[in-house]
Amino acid sequence: MTDPHHSGAAQGEAGRNLPPLRLHVPEPPARPGESADFTHFDIPAADAAPRPDESAQPADIRDLAYGLVRVLDENHAAVGQWNPKLPPETLLRMLRAMALTRAFDARMFRAQRQGKTSFYMKSTGEEAVSIGAALALARDDMCFPSYRQQGILIARDWPLIDMMNQIYSNTGDRLKGRQLPIMYSAREAGFFSISGNLTTQYPQAVGWAMASAARGDTRIAATWCGEGSTAEGDFHSACTFASVYRAPVIMNVVNNQWAISSFSGFAGAEATTFAARAIGYGIAGLRVDGNDVLAVYAATRWAADRARANAGPTLIEHFTYRVEGHSTSDDPTAYRSAEESSLWPLGDPIARLKQHCIALGIWDEDRHAAMDKELAETVRDAARAAEKNGILGHGLHHPMESLFEDVFEEMPWHLKEQQQQMLDEWKAAGL
Amino acid sequence: MEGSWPVSEAIEPKAVSEIMTQDAGGDLIHMNMIQAINSAMDVMMDRDPTVVVMGEDVGFFGGVFRATAGLQQKYGKNRVFDTPITECGIIGVAVGMGAYGLRPVPEIQFADYIYPALDQLVSEAARLRYRSAGEFIAPMTVRSPFGGGIFGGQTHSQSPEGIFTHCSGIKTVIPATPYDAKGLLIAAIEDNDPTIFFEPKRIYNGPFDGHYDTPATSWAGHADAQVPTGYYRIPLGKARIAREGGALTILCYGTMVHVVANTVAMLGIDAEIVDLRSLVPLDIDTIEASVRKTGRCLIVHEATRTSGFGAELLSQVQERCFYHLEAPIARVTGFDTPYPHSLEWAYFPGPVRIREAINKIMKD
Repeated sequence: MTDPHHSGAAQGEAGRNLPPLRLHVPEPPARPGESADFTHFDIPAADAAPRPDESAQPADIRDLAYGLVRVLDENHAAVGQWNPKLPPETLLRMLRAMALTRAFDARMFRAQRQGKTSFYMKSTGEEAVSIGAALALARDDMCFPSYRQQGILIARDWPLIDMMNQIYSNTGDRLKGRQLPIMYSAREAGFFSISGNLTTQYPQAVGWAMASAARGDTRIAATWCGEGSTAEGDFHSACTFASVYRAPVIMNVVNNQWAISSFSGFAGAEATTFAARAIGYGIAGLRVDGNDVLAVYAATRWAADRARANAGPTLIEHFTYRVEGHSTSDDPTAYRSAEESSLWPLGDPIARLKQHCIALGIWDEDRHAAMDKELAETVRDAARAAEKNGILGHGLHHPMESLFEDVFEEMPWHLKEQQQQMLDEWKAAGL
Repeated sequence: MEGSWPVSEAIEPKAVSEIMTQDAGGDLIHMNMIQAINSAMDVMMDRDPTVVVMGEDVGFFGGVFRATAGLQQKYGKNRVFDTPITECGIIGVAVGMGAYGLRPVPEIQFADYIYPALDQLVSEAARLRYRSAGEFIAPMTVRSPFGGGIFGGQTHSQSPEGIFTHCSGIKTVIPATPYDAKGLLIAAIEDNDPTIFFEPKRIYNGPFDGHYDTPATSWAGHADAQVPTGYYRIPLGKARIAREGGALTILCYGTMVHVVANTVAMLGIDAEIVDLRSLVPLDIDTIEASVRKTGRCLIVHEATRTSGFGAELLSQVQERCFYHLEAPIARVTGFDTPYPHSLEWAYFPGPVRIREAINKIMKD
């Protein structure tokens, strides 16, 4: 007799003559040693996407989930209906915030390689996603970020030394050295505590937005996740809640093509866009050139105005590219073509805005070089100051007994007992 | 009330001394456990405009067990609302509402359905205070009916309390009487830490003596079903001596308090029955004092045995009372199987198994 739990192949009913079924396992277009080719990408003209009214019905704007909202064209001009027509000072502020984010990333990545901390994650090539959104939101709107939105804190002028103290888990770390580097929390900056578990922040942002609406507040919430983690149940729970209660929330999917070594096909990119996830939930979906900070700004502003008008949530896919590895713990040349980032057809967000500002006559190469130099010094000075509070593993950390604090509001007896036992053991060991 | 929220008020934790001196408010009236739980939410929603109740079927319908009946009519849909069927979403949304400054009381319709919410409970709500060093908290109380004895099969009978007691940063509370249910639920809602509040559904309508083949009794006439109509609280982490005695100590909670009490009465043994009320924080002083006095200890719970909360109780008693013990500590628990449907009463730690365990402990 055959095992009824393992009926095996080719044991179908005799005579049915059916073709064998096939499992499709996605494969990225290029692996190491192969040539990257993005010529198949359909990149619409910068002025192609129409800009509907913020109160538009989701069913009437479905095309925007498959198109690409863009503003900056190939000639560095801001064009089309989505052009936010920002004043020069805002453009230069965006440019500076993006450049500062990149300088910060460079310094902290190097600090990890120098053994000053355990971990780091760069946002190279994705700076526009955070900076454009941060400047389009109000300062008191609440952000529920993922781990690659350091640009929000930088755009909100959060002190670099505070971020670095967290990265070094030192005595100056407000989070008392409890979180992996870059898992910031900054309530005053409207920046929710980052979780290492993916997309858990999505339903939390929706809940915050629902609370704000239920209380008749005017603040809205925004959240971010990667394209890979749209596969998490939390993403779909959040979309359902956001749709059902028309929550004033902006849900951002940063499609940077890669989830560690898994390309976007493992989250469903071969079948449809991530913005199109919105359509099934009956919420507005926008697909945006994530390397065009003006497009990110314009889309976020549209979604924010929509939320503030009680017209419902928006799902925005930011189409971008993760130029560096996932983190300091992986080598991207081990799983993808080394050419990819240089061939990425939507360019570098900083270079694109820089060229736009130069074309407008409000900026030039010399000033840009001077700014980069100044920002590198700013970051270096902040790092030196932060390192005075200690670097990871070199003794300058919060007191041993603090590891038992903040588990509960009041420390229960069993934690007090364990705390005392730990201290006694260390004392007995002469440490 | 809908749409007419008062201005947000700061959440001020109360000092324990203040808590202990507060009088139980209002007249005593008869309540079953569902009515007591409903009254606790009613009292808290009236006192604190940040309290919100949410869950599957809790709104217009008032919950499948009627625990939220009338609350939406009284407090409006902005404060009492039905949710989509996604436990992950319910708890995730409650974390966000807590971060905003609300005090959510989400219901998970059956404890058996809580698993999709585990990541939001264990990795998010329970760790938020710690990971943000107090910047953000999750002051939610998750109510959920748990336990068997109602022919609910394997998906409407489980006792997953041990999963939560194993995780740092979350409290686990289980009442055994209507009076305790109200006072503990009020304390849980006022608490600034996330709390799992498991309601023993077998005793919602009356205490259960463990004899499934005799007519069900109601809470009518039961002293612990005389409940104040107003505000009072029972502090979390204080056990109740359900029966004083000197022969042995029996540690239990929820439905099992009543099953144990009845079995002890039938045997005519002078057992001390400790109703733990709260597993985390645990009232270790009461446990230790009782076992030191009696020298014998039996632990009874309905949950599966391996790595169940009884294992922790056993370790605590062994560590603290070893030289006072006159017999090995014993456990009567659910078996390490899924909760069966037709063989429910073979699985349930009922009077037969408890009696055998008591007899063995007393002989040792």
